[in-house]
Amino acid sequence: MILNIARKELKSLFASPMGWIILALLMMAFGSYYLTGVNNYFEVMSGAIRPAERVGVTIFVGQTVYSIASFIMLFAVPLLTMRLISEERRSQTLPFLFSAPISLTEIVLGKFVGLIVFLSILVFYIFLMLTTLNIWADIDFGYLIANSIGLWLLVASFSALGIYFSSLTQQPIIAAILSFISLFALMIMERFFASDPNHWFAYLSLMKHFQSFSRGLVDSSDLMYFFLFISTFLTLTIRRLDADRLRG
Amino acid sequence: MSNLTLEAIELTRLFGGREAVKNVSFHLEKGEVLGFLGPNGAGKSTTMRMLTGNLAPSIGTVKICGIDMIENPKEAKALIGYLPEMRPIYKELTVDEFLTIAARLHKVPSKQIKKAVDIAKEKCGLSHMSKRLIENLSNGYQQRVAIAQAIIHNPLVVILDEPTVGLDPIQIREIRSLIREIGQKHSVILSTHILPEVEMVCDRVQIIDKGNLVFHGSIDELKQHRQGNKLLVGFTKAPTLSALKDIEGVTKVEKVEAGMYRIHFKNKQSPSEAIVKLSVKNRWGLYQIAPDQTSLEDVFVQLTEKKQKN
Repeated sequence: MILNIARKELKSLFASPMGWIILALLMMAFGSYYLTGVNNYFEVMSGAIRPAERVGVTIFVGQTVYSIASFIMLFAVPLLTMRLISEERRSQTLPFLFSAPISLTEIVLGKFVGLIVFLSILVFYIFLMLTTLNIWADIDFGYLIANSIGLWLLVASFSALGIYFSSLTQQPIIAAILSFISLFALMIMERFFASDPNHWFAYLSLMKHFQSFSRGLVDSSDLMYFFLFISTFLTLTIRRLDADRLRG
Repeated sequence: MSNLTLEAIELTRLFGGREAVKNVSFHLEKGEVLGFLGPNGAGKSTTMRMLTGNLAPSIGTVKICGIDMIENPKEAKALIGYLPEMRPIYKELTVDEFLTIAARLHKVPSKQIKKAVDIAKEKCGLSHMSKRLIENLSNGYQQRVAIAQAIIHNPLVVILDEPTVGLDPIQIREIRSLIREIGQKHSVILSTHILPEVEMVCDRVQIIDKGNLVFHGSIDELKQHRQGNKLLVGFTKAPTLSALKDIEGVTKVEKVEAGMYRIHFKNKQSPSEAIVKLSVKNRWGLYQIAPDQTSLEDVFVQLTEKKQKN
């Protein structure tokens, strides 16, 4: 049932040119950063004489692409999540889902999975794009896989939060703005605690947990953080929809 | 197995302390079309949302074929087809795509989905619209898509909230015959504020006003309420009031306008024959004689007043 809802969401995304255009534009942005990354590598490395200054091509180009990807996703994901529930609320199509024999959990998870499948296409293509480096060099696949997992978890968290804000309002734009502001706050939170990196508040920052992935490190505590982040916001969304039924 | 397909037991719904629906109980049998009448804001839609599990009742229970809607919502919802007041259709999809999704969400086995979609389209006269975007369809066709969505999984109980709103007269007739067709095999609840519609389609009627169920009975009972032992008679050369009043069975004569009279008579003693005979004999010039039907508002007033007296 979750998959059926996910299929419906994907169908809506690809029914209009929107889905295709977003994919194309984002890939174009990532692609151009990939190219500049490769160009810069030769420039920077030809200047670096001492061995300590030298870094591998995977890390150099990977870091360029993945850091810009996480930043662009901060804008792109709220634009994709904003419609998920608020649009249905506005066009009054929620009763269609509510009166079908499916639970609220399935509805919310289905919408979430549908969006994640869409975003996974991007994460997968970024990975594919970077593996083309292997044609000229011997690259570090472990580093790329860790980064992909990190980016995937990051966009999944963005989506979970975006879906929650989408369930709060009837106006997709308000949902987008709210989720962008809160995601941005969560991303830069650790900067406020630069003097005390071990402060518990800094621990809440999304970026702090993404950073270990971007170093190529898959840490179970970071996995747990993202997992909790996602499940918290999905649970809140389910509760918000349940309130519709109870309060009317 | 009993024939009861739907039971509503003492449903009450509060909105911020105000009772939108008060202590409403009724039931529905297999093969029955129940008309749900009421003025705007009477609680029709609220009741229907509770029946379909879209809204939790404050007090009371809903049972679909004996399955409790609150305890086993999935099983109960599988037996229901619901058309809400605002049609729940995804306009960016084509008719086929949308109906396939509806069939899938209602757990139609994947091998039978295509067949179910075809049958629903045929029933609602949508076969030639399969590949069209719903957005580009006319209002009436969109309404048909919404109805097709409600019957695609062959539900035992079909709940339609104002299904004929926004349709042209020909479409209304088609939809009515469709409802009658569904009503032969399954149970249908139909809400409307158009009284003739109910008389044409429904077996039983219930009227709700300000959240209270004020009338509950067969269509014949409603007709009696509606006709209420009155005749509307028109003469070109009108006789005196007392001449009319002397006819046997007549209790009261009211003058409506020049030459038009409303004649009240005792139950089952219609004076129509006597009036025609007298008119011929005395050359009153009778040009119209018809049972005087009260409007829906009058029926409401009658019924609500009766309820208050009780």
